[in-house]
Amino acid sequence: MNKLLPILTVVVAIMVVWYAAAVGMNKKWALDQAERAGISLSTGALISDTWSQDRPRLPAPHQVVAELWKSTGGMVIKGKPFSKRSLIFHGWITLSATLAGFVIGTSAGILLAVGIVHNKAMDMSVMPWAIASQTIPILAIAPMIIVVLNSIGVQGLIPKAIISAYLSFFPVVVGMVKGLRSPDHMQLDLLRTYNASGSETFWKLRLPSSMPYLFTSLKIGMAASLVGAIVGELPTGAIRGLGARMLTGSYYGQTIQIWSALFAAAILAATLVGIISLIERRMLKRMGAA
Amino acid sequence: MTERPVIEAKDLDLTFQTNDGPIHALKGVDLNVNKGDFVSFIGPSGCGKTTFLRVVAGLEHPTGGTITVNGMSPDEARQNRAYGYVFQAAGLYPWRTIGGNIKLPLEIMGYAKSEQDAKIAKVLELVDLAGFEKKFPWQLSGGMQQRASIARALAFDAEILLMDEPFGALDEIVRDHLNEQLLELWARTEKTIGFVTHSIPEAVYLSTKIVVMSPRPGRITDVIESPLPRERPLDIRDTPEFLEVAHRVREGLRAGHAYD
Repeated sequence: MNKLLPILTVVVAIMVVWYAAAVGMNKKWALDQAERAGISLSTGALISDTWSQDRPRLPAPHQVVAELWKSTGGMVIKGKPFSKRSLIFHGWITLSATLAGFVIGTSAGILLAVGIVHNKAMDMSVMPWAIASQTIPILAIAPMIIVVLNSIGVQGLIPKAIISAYLSFFPVVVGMVKGLRSPDHMQLDLLRTYNASGSETFWKLRLPSSMPYLFTSLKIGMAASLVGAIVGELPTGAIRGLGARMLTGSYYGQTIQIWSALFAAAILAATLVGIISLIERRMLKRMGAA
Repeated sequence: MTERPVIEAKDLDLTFQTNDGPIHALKGVDLNVNKGDFVSFIGPSGCGKTTFLRVVAGLEHPTGGTITVNGMSPDEARQNRAYGYVFQAAGLYPWRTIGGNIKLPLEIMGYAKSEQDAKIAKVLELVDLAGFEKKFPWQLSGGMQQRASIARALAFDAEILLMDEPFGALDEIVRDHLNEQLLELWARTEKTIGFVTHSIPEAVYLSTKIVVMSPRPGRITDVIESPLPRERPLDIRDTPEFLEVAHRVREGLRAGHAYD
C-alpha cells in the first residue's frame, strides 16, 4: 500500500493531463465538423467527441488501450494471433531482431571488454573507436547498413539485429571494463601470493567482481537493442514490426495505431528489462547478497 | 641451531623511481629470521616494514642486495607455496562463503576435492570459526572476517605466515583477543611468522624478535630478542620485563626519528 499510493497518484496525474490535452488538441476538429453540419455542441458533447474521434490528433488513453487490446488479446480470441493486423505478430518481429541484436551486442561488448582489460594496445586503440561509434546518429547509419546489406542479399532480421547490436554493445563494453577492473590491488596481490595464472585471476576474481556492473549494462543494452530494432524498421519502409506499424500509422494519420504500437514497444522494453532484473536478483542472491 | 635461517636478507636495497625522484624504501637491510620465530616489524609509516614483507613475498623486487626464503629466491618460494599472506583488510570475496573463501587458494593450487574439505574444516577449527563455513562474509564481524582470512592463509600448510597489520583496523578489545588467539595458533602450528604493526604493546606481546625500523631511507635501527617466555598470558603486559622491552622499542623508534 505504501508503494502503491505514490505510483497511483502519478498515474492519475498523467491521466488527468492526458485527457485534458486530448480535449484541447482535438477540439478544433470537433468544432469544424459541428459547424459544417450546422449544429452547435454543448460542452459535454464536445468533450465526449474529443475523446472518441477516429483520427484524433491525440487519442485518449482509453482509445489506445482499446486498440491495444483489439490488436493483441482480441486477435487471440479471434484465433488469429499472428495476423498482419496483430501487434503480437509485429511485436514478435521486433522482438526477434532485438534479442538477436542483444545477444550479438552483449557478446561483442564482453569480448571487447576482456580484450581491453588484458591488452594494453587494445585498451588504447579500441576504446576511442567505441566512443566515436556512439557519437554518430544511429538514424544516419541505419539506412546505410540496411542498403549495403540488402545489396549483398542480406535482408530481414540480420540488418536490424546489427543495428540493434551497434547500439547495445557500448554500454556493455563500458560497464564490463569498469567491472573487470573493480578488484583492488590487495585482491590482485592476494592471487599473486597464490601464484595464480591470468585465467584463474579472470575466472575467480575479475569476472565475479564484474557481475553487478554487467547487469546494469545489460539493462541499458536491452533497451538500446529495442530502440535499434525499431529504428532499423523505419528507413526501409518495412511492412512488419512495431517500427513499421508506427510508420504506416503516420502515413495514414492513424494516430491511435501509432500510440498503441508505441505502448506495445514500451511494454515490451519494460518486460525485457524486468526479466533481466529478475535474473540479476537471483544471481546476486546466489552470490551472497542479502 | 645450525639450521639455515628461513628468511635471510643481506644488504637489501629497494628504491622506487617516482616522478618526485627516487624513494629509498629499504636501504642496507640485514636480517635473519629463524624457523619458528615470531618476528614483528615496527616503525612509523614509510619505514619500509610493509615493503620488506612484500619483498619476502616476492610482490616487490629488491634493487640491491640478496634475500632468500627457505634458501630460494622469493619468487621461487612463492611458487613453492612457502608462505601465506594476511593483508590489513580481510579481503574475503563477498560472493563466496567462508568455506568457499578458504577453498580459493586450494582450488588454485590444485588440491583434490576431498582434501580441500578436510583442510577447510581443520583451519576453521584452528581459528575458532568451526560451524561458520556456510556463512557469507557480511554475516561475520570484522574480527571474525580477519580470522577467516588468517584461516585462508593457513589452509595450504605454508611454513611461513606473513601478516601485514592484520589487526590494524580492529578495535582494541577485539585486537587483544585476536593477539591471544594468534599466539595460541603459533604455538600449535609452529609456523614462522612475520608481523607488521604500528602498535608497541602488540609487537612486544607477540614477538620473539622485534625489528625496529625508521624511515627515509627505510632501515633497521634495532633488533630486539625478546626475553619473555613463549607462554604469554595477557597480563604479562604488566610485568617489569614486558615494560622494559617496550621501553627499548620506544627508544629505538625515537632514535630513528632523531635523524629527521
